[in-house]
Amino acid sequence: MWRPLNGLLGNGRGSGPRARYSAFGLLRRGLSGADWPPAWSTHDLAPSYDVVVIGGGVHGLATAYYLATNHGLRNVAVIEKRYIGSGASGRNTAIIRSNYLTPEGVRFYHRSLKLYERLAADLNFNVMFEQRGHLTLAHNDSSVRTMRWRAEVNKLEGVDSEVIGPTEVKELAPFLDVSEQTRYPILGALYHPPGGIVRHDAVVWGYARGASARGVHIHQDTEVLDINVIGGKVRGVVTNRGEIATPVVVNCTAGWSSVIAGMAGVELPIETFPLQAAVTEPVKFFLNPVIVSGTLHVYVSQTARGELVFGASVDPFTSYSTQGSLEFTEELAGHVLQLMPSLARLRLLRQWAGLCDMTPDFSPIIGATPVAGFYIDVGWGTYGFKAGPVAGEAMAEFIATGTPPEIIATFDLARFDEGRLVGEKGAAAVGH
Amino acid sequence: MILIPCIHCGPRNASEFAYLGELGRQPDPNTTTPPEWRRYLYTKANTAGWTVERWVHRAGCGRFFTVERNTLDNKIRTARPPDAQIRLIQQAGRADPKADA
Repeated sequence: MWRPLNGLLGNGRGSGPRARYSAFGLLRRGLSGADWPPAWSTHDLAPSYDVVVIGGGVHGLATAYYLATNHGLRNVAVIEKRYIGSGASGRNTAIIRSNYLTPEGVRFYHRSLKLYERLAADLNFNVMFEQRGHLTLAHNDSSVRTMRWRAEVNKLEGVDSEVIGPTEVKELAPFLDVSEQTRYPILGALYHPPGGIVRHDAVVWGYARGASARGVHIHQDTEVLDINVIGGKVRGVVTNRGEIATPVVVNCTAGWSSVIAGMAGVELPIETFPLQAAVTEPVKFFLNPVIVSGTLHVYVSQTARGELVFGASVDPFTSYSTQGSLEFTEELAGHVLQLMPSLARLRLLRQWAGLCDMTPDFSPIIGATPVAGFYIDVGWGTYGFKAGPVAGEAMAEFIATGTPPEIIATFDLARFDEGRLVGEKGAAAVGH
Repeated sequence: MILIPCIHCGPRNASEFAYLGELGRQPDPNTTTPPEWRRYLYTKANTAGWTVERWVHRAGCGRFFTVERNTLDNKIRTARPPDAQIRLIQQAGRADPKADA
């Protein structure tokens, strides 16, 4: 199994002293040639933990980090089947925004964006958050109407968001084709200046380093095989490395959340769909904002290295397979060229897929379940990465205090039984 | 992408079909309760492994049919007419539904 930077970032044993990253430290180690200490530690599996988080992605690690930082709960384990960030946290297109449609959705993602803004300082880890602006293009009248609706909801919630016309779109992204001679002319866009992109691996590593420094055990290559539930209460988890006794289990496993919830006897309103993405060869910097087109099912951003990252809507049928398809590449290329015809000679480097746990209302499910001590942080569909910090913060508060924070109160599992769906499809899905 | 074995047209590219979801038991609309109906609407087995699901050959013959597919690798084991259709054919006195398909 390929493990990027494993030797560099996480092979240390025990929780030794951490080096604080700084310009001075970089200079000193650059001159002395000394090795950097590991960013996080490895441990033997303890027989019991206060909290076991299943899933070593941004949600699981953020939950553990905030449990330790905000609530002093340090006897926490994060269990990861492969290596941290190997699932959806390392497969998304790393877009951060908060211009959603429902007031509760906007408030939630806005808090996440605020946490992202100071994350590098909080974690002492450069997560490379670049707030380059985010453009959601409208190609027809109904899209313009939805953009206007979103802009007004956003402004009421204090989120910087405005509908702009084709001329302003052209100023922000000169390589976009804003002519009227195309199949889907650009009539306007929802402009969201605080949106941008972040380095998703760095977010995972930063949370892992911060959590590990505060005593959280991160167990990679550890697969959960079963969850022990006795008398409607969680008693522990069974892993391929042995059993762990614990009163609290948090399910942060995205695409695999139905399987993990099934081990505790909890059924979820979730279907797992693959979502494919692709990246081109690096070119000179030319695209500042993130471009999204719902009609064309595509989003584009240019990384700091110069590659263009493309994402699409989810595949047309459920699957746990992350195999890519030629249909995706063909459709994607066609749609990207409608937006930016000048990219015709650009070559794709690679494509991949991640698993999305889709809910019926395109909002997440965060909170308690009928099984006492079994918490879920699932249903993240195509919007999980941008919500990692706020979901971790809120879930940690819920576990530590026993009451759900207001910011996630409407995202509980019971809403499906009680008919309180939070319809976010108009702002969360690209293919609507 | 994968090939879906249409019961009428044979194996065709999945992009010609619409996936209609896993098969579930519909409660009787006359006697069901709202929570029961909502559970039927929303709760999914979402199995990682062999599932039984409904597809329609939307851009082809338009037939609805039942497929057994492994969601881990998208291999397909069987494709057959929907159970209700099989029952109708059997009632009409034809034993083998595939002969009709």
